[in-house]
Amino acid sequence: MTIHHTAVSAGAIGPRPAGRAGLRHAARAEWTKLWSVRSTGWSLAVTAVAVIGIGVLATATTAHTWSTSTDLPDKLTFDPTRHSLTGFFLGQLAIGVLGALVVSAEYGTGTIRATLTAIPRRPVVLAAKVLVFGSVALVVSEALAFAAFFIGQAILSGSAPHAVLSQPGVARAVVESGLYLAALGLFALGLATVLRHTAGAITAYVVVLLVLPLIAQAVPAVVRDAVSRYLPANIGLTILSTRPTARLIGTPTFGPWAGLGILLAYTVVTVVVGGILLVRRDA
Amino acid sequence: MITARGLTKHFGDVVAVDRLSFDVPPGRVTGFLGPNGSGKSTTMRMVMGLDLPTAGTVTVNGRHYHDLPWPMREVGALLEARSIHPGRSARAHLLALAHSNAIPARRVDEVLELVGLASVARTRVGTFSLGMGQRLGIAAALLGDPGVLLFDEPVNGLDPEGIRWVRTLLKHLAAEGRTVFVSSHLMSEMALTADHLVVIGRGRLVADTSVADFVSRSSRRSVRVRSPAVDRLAEGIRQAGGTVHSTPDGSLTVTGMDAAAVGDLAASLEIALHELTPLASLEDAFMELTGDAVEYRSAEALRSDGHAAGAPVPRPGGGP
Repeated sequence: MTIHHTAVSAGAIGPRPAGRAGLRHAARAEWTKLWSVRSTGWSLAVTAVAVIGIGVLATATTAHTWSTSTDLPDKLTFDPTRHSLTGFFLGQLAIGVLGALVVSAEYGTGTIRATLTAIPRRPVVLAAKVLVFGSVALVVSEALAFAAFFIGQAILSGSAPHAVLSQPGVARAVVESGLYLAALGLFALGLATVLRHTAGAITAYVVVLLVLPLIAQAVPAVVRDAVSRYLPANIGLTILSTRPTARLIGTPTFGPWAGLGILLAYTVVTVVVGGILLVRRDA
Repeated sequence: MITARGLTKHFGDVVAVDRLSFDVPPGRVTGFLGPNGSGKSTTMRMVMGLDLPTAGTVTVNGRHYHDLPWPMREVGALLEARSIHPGRSARAHLLALAHSNAIPARRVDEVLELVGLASVARTRVGTFSLGMGQRLGIAAALLGDPGVLLFDEPVNGLDPEGIRWVRTLLKHLAAEGRTVFVSSHLMSEMALTADHLVVIGRGRLVADTSVADFVSRSSRRSVRVRSPAVDRLAEGIRQAGGTVHSTPDGSLTVTGMDAAAVGDLAASLEIALHELTPLASLEDAFMELTGDAVEYRSAEALRSDGHAAGAPVPRPGGGP
């Protein structure tokens, strides 16, 4: 093999631009990285299949059995909006995996060293990841929320009660479901920044979403009533619903917007702690 | 120009790098020599801003790495062979790096061509051989056309052709006036590539010298002798206190006696000599200098009889 002298020599990359490598450059790099691995497409596809597929399954079952069902309490509390968004409870796991991988895959493969030597200002790197993944997650989540809603209502209509966006609380629930899913994805990204390990980050994420509610069921009622409103799972249920969920959950709950605020606070705290550790630790 | 002053790194109680001061000027290949575990990689990671020094400073062109406005346009590094997502293509990996430093996309194709990976640019890196991975790492280092280049053990895992390619590249880069800092634990490799050596052992500076000086500083010289009466000569040398090592080509390598003493001995025994060549082994010099500083010593390194000195045979210099 020979070395092509012209290619190594100076001038090949043009004059040095003014300023310095910043958020814009880091975001372009993150965008390229995000779409150049298969796991991104797969995770998003799984999220979509989970959200829409389970929504279709749930609403089709209800549409089929509504006229023959004699479960009156069930019929009285039926929330067609939440019913069409049932798939979010599985979709949140898939988007969490992708959010975690955006950071943890870099540690798993060693790419983080290339990333941090290209842009040594580490908060800029993390901000770019949050920006790029957050935007993608938000667009996909909102699209899925509306798709699941409209498909679900179309299946319900005719044989069971169904919702339209203009009804009280319906548009709020659909829009906020998308925000909820995107926020959880970023929460997983933050966990991965703290833990730097795919398996660890996904485990922590699953513990917060699925295991904490089980633990809450096992503690005395006075403790349960105090803490379970802070659980992301219960916040999510309230967000997806168009009517109060306290009776459904069995403990007091926050309102849907307050709940989202708390969830965003978790996300911000996790990402900021991750950022502080990223700056302090050797890469 | 890389400048280290009092550079120190502790990992818990372990002192990986200990008050290291050296300069790496442009225009020549500076070898960074030390046994495995002597702190070479940690030092390079501190240069690149990946590890934070416990004490001391290291700068590139007078600035801390963190303060470089376009780092890849100033410094390029091959730190670890495999630090690339196996599911990403070579081109996508380089393209992401190029974007981060406002480097045009055509430069990506240029460096892929340069390292001979153009035909597999869109193949996933997971399918690459070790040598191809090294080439991709070198492509990333060259991406920003930087004036300062660091290579951590660049020939590891390469086939002979790849090794020769890297040597040529390093010399070429230095000849262009770039700063080239290349680490190795192989003395023989450094002898072929480097102009100057920064030698460390157990994180401490052992020598900062030209390759020629480094060799001449070695007190453990050896002498190559050829004679029609090899067996008799070997016996005589042993009786005189020297150590003899036969080599496959029929010559003897003598240590513990200099060329004059061997010549005088042969004369007194009335043995004809066909060759009498003083040799200095870079590896022996290295062993001697880092002897006290080697973290792990192999049985081979402890052997005192030397070997076919001067032969460019790579062998681990004190690794376990």
